[in-house]
Amino acid sequence: MAHISELIAQDIDAYLKQHEVKSLLRFITCGSVDDGKSTLIGRLLHESKMLFEDQIAALEADSKKVGTRGDEIDYALLLDGLAAEREQGITIDVAYRFFSTDRRKFIVADTPGHEQYTRNMITGASTADLAIILIDARKGVLVQTRRHSFLVSLIGVRHIVVAINKMDLVDYSREEFDRIEAEYREFAAKIGLEDITVIPLSGVKGDNIIERSSNTPWYKGPTLMNLLETVEVNEERLQKQPFRFPVQWVNRPNLDFRGFAGTVVGGVVRRGERIRVQPSGRESTVARIVTADGDLEQAVANQSVTLTLADEIDISRGDVISAAAAPAQVADQFEATIVWMGDDPMLRGRSYLLKLGAKTVTATILPLKYKLNVNTLEHIPAEQLTLNEIGVVELELDRRVAFDAYKDNRDTGGFILIDRLTNNTIGAGMLHFALRRADNIHWQAVEVNKEARRKLGGQGSAVVWLTGLSGAGKSTVANLLEKRLYRMGKRTYLLDGDNVRHGLNKDLGFTAADRVENIRRVAEVSKLMVDAGLIVITAFISPFISERRMARDAVETDEFIEVFVDAPLHVAEERDVKGLYKKARRGELKNFTGIDSPYEPPQEPDIHIDTTTTSAEEAVELIVARLNASGLLE
Amino acid sequence: MTILTHLQRLEAESIHIMREVVAEADKPVMLYSIGKDSAVMLHLAKKAFYPAPPPFPLLHVDTTWKFRDMYVMRDRMASETGMDLIVYQNSEAQALNINPFDHGSEIHTDMWKTQGLKQALDKYGFDVAFGGARRDEEKSRAKERIFSFRTATHHWDPKNQRPELWRLYNTRKNKGESIRVFPISNWTELDIWQYIHLEKVPIVPLYFAALRPVVDRNGTLVMVDDERMPLRTGETPMIKSVRFRTLGCYPLTGAVESEATTLPQIIQEMLLATTSERQGRMIDHDSAASMEKKKQEGYF
Repeated sequence: MAHISELIAQDIDAYLKQHEVKSLLRFITCGSVDDGKSTLIGRLLHESKMLFEDQIAALEADSKKVGTRGDEIDYALLLDGLAAEREQGITIDVAYRFFSTDRRKFIVADTPGHEQYTRNMITGASTADLAIILIDARKGVLVQTRRHSFLVSLIGVRHIVVAINKMDLVDYSREEFDRIEAEYREFAAKIGLEDITVIPLSGVKGDNIIERSSNTPWYKGPTLMNLLETVEVNEERLQKQPFRFPVQWVNRPNLDFRGFAGTVVGGVVRRGERIRVQPSGRESTVARIVTADGDLEQAVANQSVTLTLADEIDISRGDVISAAAAPAQVADQFEATIVWMGDDPMLRGRSYLLKLGAKTVTATILPLKYKLNVNTLEHIPAEQLTLNEIGVVELELDRRVAFDAYKDNRDTGGFILIDRLTNNTIGAGMLHFALRRADNIHWQAVEVNKEARRKLGGQGSAVVWLTGLSGAGKSTVANLLEKRLYRMGKRTYLLDGDNVRHGLNKDLGFTAADRVENIRRVAEVSKLMVDAGLIVITAFISPFISERRMARDAVETDEFIEVFVDAPLHVAEERDVKGLYKKARRGELKNFTGIDSPYEPPQEPDIHIDTTTTSAEEAVELIVARLNASGLLE
Repeated sequence: MTILTHLQRLEAESIHIMREVVAEADKPVMLYSIGKDSAVMLHLAKKAFYPAPPPFPLLHVDTTWKFRDMYVMRDRMASETGMDLIVYQNSEAQALNINPFDHGSEIHTDMWKTQGLKQALDKYGFDVAFGGARRDEEKSRAKERIFSFRTATHHWDPKNQRPELWRLYNTRKNKGESIRVFPISNWTELDIWQYIHLEKVPIVPLYFAALRPVVDRNGTLVMVDDERMPLRTGETPMIKSVRFRTLGCYPLTGAVESEATTLPQIIQEMLLATTSERQGRMIDHDSAASMEKKKQEGYF
């Protein structure tokens, strides 16, 4: 794998010295199927002598067996790593490749051009400094070219190389090249791409990849390798940003040392510099920058270090240490762009885990402002996002976090969304700005508060949340419970599914999105009533775990009692008090829970009532006993 | 303006990954195979948590067929770092006396390594295991995530991997799942050697050329490391100046003839070499997709 360097044989020490100071560039290649992407990467690896003879031998054998290039080497086979892909002949995931020259080490993210794999491209581009966008000279700028360009601009890749490939197949025509370049630049200007280099090349023949090609004497720009070796790496820009340091881990080996371990994700930190801990806002001074190789005077973006501070202040994982003179913003409501990567759609009102830096919080999706057609850049009104869709949303977090706009800093402005049930990463997001709404509408600090109202009423307040299939007996239990509490002289209010849908929620239907909104409103109303000092009883199917969790999160932990009114589907269906199951079975009622819409049973309900063995009266006794035990009836 | 070198960037990335694991895992462990990649990974762990020692134990899934020098190195590193060393040997493989000579590389590797690893992780309840695999080693690795999830039965599902964006790793796992984390995913063989050279990372002497007794088996030079090595009729060990580019079980690891006795000489040889390092490792030879298959079954 010798780089062509005579130094290796003659003076290995000098060679090593030279190679100790290489920089690192990460880039992504994007193109449609058959644009020659894998061939181009294979060529770069080959030309930089990163392939060994045994690998070339294996490649030649594979090329003959499954290759698509006749007797020639099929470089694509080098990259299509997984057996399933090799059979299908397409790249289906992100693969990382490495090569280096005398000046730089390169990490290449190779991502597929297929429409359904937007998430892979976004993933590969998230760490890239540069993107190579391949265009087949015979086909020109395609819908996919626009889409790939838009995605790389969205994720903030700063340098774009447009590789007009297969020039050999258009006889190295300057006219074709000029036409495609003009068309591309016009489009790129619209989406705000700035640093663009257009290169005519041939991956198969090797034109303008390493050496300037004699086939394109009219082309005066750099070769591809030349550009890759000299383009400005992101670090330079990053170091000019204000200092940011998300605390990953508190290092406390003994009582004398308390260090904050993390990676500098923006700017430079110097010993003695004034810093601010966010979101708390406390300030201190950097006492030491600790590394295993000795203390440093300064640390720059991308370095992993451990900081100690002059003052003892409370800092934990997820806090951000910032330059005191230029701190990050702190907020709990944002506008953001989200790329949806989950199989289930993103729903308004649903809550997800959000990881930003080293902090994981709960985020609730507020209105979706619009989704984007990535081919036409149109804004389309939408209620939800499905797999590979991109939209602009408002988000609310359960606590304040430090952040920067994504365009200023990828690390303090980029986040992932995690499904609470499957634990999968289902979205990637980029923060735009904080919504001032939360700041402007201050919660009215009223003097008569919940405690005062409870005292006057001589009782506690809480939500008794009944969940279960239609026909399980929720309303029966709810009614009996309210009567029982009334007789005990307790102030209550019963929110029943059917009744609420006649008024407050009569604009909502039964789609998954509407069901989420239905429960969100009920949760909010319950919260106000708890604040008013009442015991609220709710009787809703509330089929989804995440909405029930949202309702629980809306109030204090000891104010929510989840009661699972459990009847097996066949029992509930036999009862069929309202005749709804029959209708649903006949197909007259869509999205009916248990029939064609799922019910997610509670995993750990506070009270579990098996209605096949427990009567409604017994159920009420169980609930009252629980209310008593929690001191809510005093 | 300070432009970090590629090695500084790689080091910082690996440290970031290790800290993320320690902050979020319940019971992490580092798989320590004593080779050069493990040596670098261990060195990085020492840096990541300095001045504290790495807050997890080392686990060596032992096949009982490693080179003697490797066992010496293992015990030395454990005592130098002050980390707990857990050595696990599959008792079933031991009872059946599984060895590469009688059972072949496939069964040997499966019983001692694949099954042994699964048993060890289950026995101690480790939820995250660091491994020293690199993406440049082999094609299926190139597509594996840094945080690679395994089902309760330790299977890998390459079609169902979580996207990894920016420096953000989703470490949340479902009941019974565990994670293999590869902090040196983005290092190449050359990076590893350069780093060992620059940082003076201690490595097993077998990587350096010395006079050693070897026999030629189908073009592969196998070292006669102890008396368990059965010699074929008429076979006498030759004394040759050899070294190893990769280390595993001694009967399954081919030596190369070499005069390289210093790190720069090793790097020089590697740069001028014409075959890749895994060629000396026999398990990859089985079939083109062999590593992917082994991984799906739980190997690493």
